[in-house]
Amino acid sequence: MAVPVYRGRFGKPQAERLLWRAGFGPRKGEAEKLAKLGLEGAVHKLTNPGRERFHGPRPHDDNGHRLAPNDAWGHDQLWWLDRMVRTNRPLVERMTLVWHDWFATSRDGVGPARLMLRQNNLFRAHALGSFSTLLMEVTKDPAMLLWLSGTDNTKDSPNENYGREVMELFTIGADRHGYTERDVREQARALTGWRNSWDDNLGPVRFRYDPSRHDTGVKTIFGKRGRFDWKDSCRLCVHHRLHPSFFVTKMWSYFIPTPPPAGTKRALQRLYVEHGYQMKPVVAAILRHPALYTGPRMVKSPAVYTAGLLRALGRGIDTEAWTWLMQLAGQALFYPPNVSGWDDSRWLDTATYRARWAIASYAIRPKVLDSDKAKLPDDALKLVHRAESFWGNPALTGHTHAQLTRFVKNALRDADDHWKKRAYPAMIENALRQLLAASPDLQTS
Amino acid sequence: MARSCHHCDEFSRAALVRRSAAEAGRGLPAIETGMPLPAGTGLDRRTFVTRSFGLALSVYGLGKLGLFEEGIARAASGPAQPVLVSVFLPGGTDSLSVLYPGLDSTYRRLRPQLKLDPAAGQAFSEDNRLFWHPKLSPLATLHGEGKVTVAPAVGYTHPDQSHFTSRHFWEVGATDPGLMSGWMGRYLDRSGNMDNPLQGLSLDYQLQPSLASAKVPVASLAAPDEYTFDAPGVWGQVEDRMLETLAPLGARRSDRFLNQAAGATAASDRLRRQLAPFAQNSGNGYGSPVAYPDVDDSFPHQLAGLAAMIAAGLPLRCVAITAPGEYDTHDDQPQALADGLDVTARSLYSFQRDLEARGLADRVLVLVWSEFGRRAEENGSSGTDHGAAGTAFLIGTRAKGQMIGEFPGVDNLDDDGNLKATSDFRGIYSSLLEQWLSTDAAAVIPGAGSFARTPLLK
Repeated sequence: MAVPVYRGRFGKPQAERLLWRAGFGPRKGEAEKLAKLGLEGAVHKLTNPGRERFHGPRPHDDNGHRLAPNDAWGHDQLWWLDRMVRTNRPLVERMTLVWHDWFATSRDGVGPARLMLRQNNLFRAHALGSFSTLLMEVTKDPAMLLWLSGTDNTKDSPNENYGREVMELFTIGADRHGYTERDVREQARALTGWRNSWDDNLGPVRFRYDPSRHDTGVKTIFGKRGRFDWKDSCRLCVHHRLHPSFFVTKMWSYFIPTPPPAGTKRALQRLYVEHGYQMKPVVAAILRHPALYTGPRMVKSPAVYTAGLLRALGRGIDTEAWTWLMQLAGQALFYPPNVSGWDDSRWLDTATYRARWAIASYAIRPKVLDSDKAKLPDDALKLVHRAESFWGNPALTGHTHAQLTRFVKNALRDADDHWKKRAYPAMIENALRQLLAASPDLQTS
Repeated sequence: MARSCHHCDEFSRAALVRRSAAEAGRGLPAIETGMPLPAGTGLDRRTFVTRSFGLALSVYGLGKLGLFEEGIARAASGPAQPVLVSVFLPGGTDSLSVLYPGLDSTYRRLRPQLKLDPAAGQAFSEDNRLFWHPKLSPLATLHGEGKVTVAPAVGYTHPDQSHFTSRHFWEVGATDPGLMSGWMGRYLDRSGNMDNPLQGLSLDYQLQPSLASAKVPVASLAAPDEYTFDAPGVWGQVEDRMLETLAPLGARRSDRFLNQAAGATAASDRLRRQLAPFAQNSGNGYGSPVAYPDVDDSFPHQLAGLAAMIAAGLPLRCVAITAPGEYDTHDDQPQALADGLDVTARSLYSFQRDLEARGLADRVLVLVWSEFGRRAEENGSSGTDHGAAGTAFLIGTRAKGQMIGEFPGVDNLDDDGNLKATSDFRGIYSSLLEQWLSTDAAAVIPGAGSFARTPLLK
C-alpha cells in the first residue's frame, strides 16, 4: 500500500494550514499563491525550495545595532527567529526546529552560543537529507559532545549518557524492548574517543577524535559482536529493526497531532527504508497525507506563533523583547527543557496564554492606530474585515468571527458621546487585531 | 563616581546582572568569583498558578505542583498566623543620617558638608541626642504612637564591609559565608508546610535569599496585579468590551486542539477575573482603605498588594521585599538618601495605616534593615563610605516601641572610624523567632544562645 494522498479541494485554507505546519505561516498573499500550485506543486515547492534567500527588513536590536548572536545575550534566539521570519525556505527552517527538538541540546549544558549556532547550521544543512548522515554529524557535534558527556566518555571511564539517549530518544525509543541495559553500556564503549581542550578565553575548543581514548575491544550490541566504534554505533541504531517505525512516528508527530493510521505507518516505514533513510520523501508524504487537511487543528509552538505573526505583518526583528516573551510563553530557543525536547501537548496554560497575549500586543504595537487621528468607519463588518486583512485574512471559525462581530457592535453601541463616536472605531480596530491574534483560531493551525 | 570603590563597582555590576536576569525571568544568576554564594542560588524554580486564589507564583524548591493548591487552601483555612515582613534597604544606609546626633560637635566636625540641621528633624524621644531624618517623619509619627522599635546601632563583631558578604550574613542569619539557606527559610523548613509556597513570599521577580529554604517550597510574586491583558491603543469601555470577549472566545469547540486553545483562553480569563480585585487598573488599587504614595516605583503598590493579600486570608508567614532607593551613597548623599527614605517611609506608613484600617495590624510585624551603616567621617565628595553598625526598625502595633541597644555616640568609633554595634542582628532574629514566630531560635540561628534577647513585643 502506498501512503494515502489528500484528494480534496486544495484552496487557500488548505494552503494556509500547510504553510503553518510546514513552516511559520503565510506572508500576505502567500497562501493564495501556494494554493494555485495545487497540493503536489505546493509540497514540491516546499521540499525543493532552492537557494536560501531572505525577504524583508534586516534584523537589529533595541538600539538599532546588528545582532551579535555569538556574543550578546538573547541574540542567538533573535538570529534564529529572524531566519524563521524572513526565509524563503520555510520547511527547511521548520525542520531545523524539528531537529533542535529531536536532538534537544540546551545552552545550559553547552555554554558558548557559537557551538549552539554551529549545531543549528548542521541541522539546517541536513534538514531534509539522510538521517544516517545527520545522526553521524550530530554524534560528533561539539555542542552534543558537551551536552551528553561525549567528551567525558573514555575507555577508562565510560559515560553512558549519549549511548543511552541515542537509542531512547533519537533512534529506537524506550519501552519497546529494542535494547537492554547491556546495550547501553556497550554503546558507551563504542562511542569512546572524543575529546576537547579548554581555552581560558574561548571555553571548550578543539573537539577531536583521539584513538588513544577509544576502547578498541570487542563489544556486543543488539546481539552483534565487533570492535565497534562511534560510526558503527550510529549505523547499528539506524539499521535497528525498530528504528523505521520510531522515525516515521516521531516525524509524523511534528506535523500531525493524531497518530498515523497503521497502514500509513507501514507505508511510511517502507518509503523511508527504500530511500535509504532519506527524510525528504517521508516528510513530503506526510505533508500530502489526508490527515493533515481533514484532521484536527494543531497547537502552534511559541516560536511558530511568534514568527508567524511577524511574517503576516511583514515585520522584521527590531526588538529584543521576543527573547523574554518566548521564554515566558515556554519556548526559549536553544534552551529546551531537557534532552527529550519540548512537550508539545503542554504549550498552553494560563501563564503561557498570557505570554502569547503579550506577544500579540508587542507584534501589533508599531502599527497601533491613534484614536485621535485615525478615521475609521463605524460599521461592525467593515471593522472586522479590516482586522482580518491586517493579519492576512486567516481562516477563522464561524464562532470566532461571530464573537468578534458581536464585540464590535457592543463597543460601537457604547459610543454615546461625540468624542467616543470619533475615537472608538480606531480603538475597536486595535482591540480586534489583538483579539484576533490571541483567539484560539490563531493559536492553532 | 567621584571615588573609586571596588566594592561598589561590584555592587552595581551585580545589581545589574540580577536585574537583567530578573527581566528575563531566569532566577538568581550565578554569583561572581570571590563573593559568597547567595543563599538559595541552587533552588529549582517553576511557575505555578493557584486557581483558588488566582496568583501566578514562581515556586522554588521541592514539592509536587499539584498539591500546592490544596496546601494553600488548607493553610488558609487554619488559624490566622503572625506575619513577618522583611524590608531590605540596599547599599548600606547611613545610620548617622537616619537618626542623627545633630548637636554633637564631633558629628558636626566629621560631617562638615553632610551634617543635618537639628531644626530640620523631629527629636527622638528615647534619646535626646538624636533627631529623625526629615524624610522619616512618618516613622517618627508611628514611633510617637509606640509602634516603632529602633535599633540605632545594629551589627555584629568583626564587621565586613563588602556589600555582598555583609548582606549575605544578614540574609542567612549568621556570619557564615558558606551557609546556603536564608534565616526565614530555615524557620519555614522547621515550622512550615510541604505544600504551601505562600508561607515564604518574595515580593520580587526573584527569590529573596533570606527566604531560601532547604525543604519546604517558597514563592516569588512580583505583584499580584501583573496578570493583566492589555492591548496597545485600547482603554476604557472598549477595553472592558475587549476583555468581555475572551470568555465567549474560550467557549467549547468541537475540534480537539482548537478546544484545547479555547480552554486555555477561558481558564486565563477566569484567572484574570479572580485577580481583578488586585489589578492595578481596578480604580481603588487593591481596595486599599488608605492612600499610598503615588510615585514611579512599585514599592508602595507592592505593599498595598501585600495588605490586600493578608486581608484576603492568603496563608503568608514570612515576606521579603526590597525598599526603593539607592543607599550606597558614596556621593550625592543628601539627595539620594532623602529620595529613598522618603518613598520608603511614606509607603511603610501607608502600609501600617492600611493594616490598622483592615483590623490586621496586630498580625503583622515589619523588620527594616540594611547590610551596614556608613563611615562616620564624610568622604569629601558629598558622600560617605562603607561603615559598620547600621539602623534597624521593627514596625507594628505589637512592637514594643523601646530601643534595642543604645546609640554609642561618635566619640567612640571603632578602628576604622565606624559606629560600634550595640546590638547583634542575630539577637534580634532570635528574639523575633521566639517571641513573634514562637519557635526555638537555637534550631534556626547558629549559636543563638550566645546573643542577647530583647523583649520586642508589648
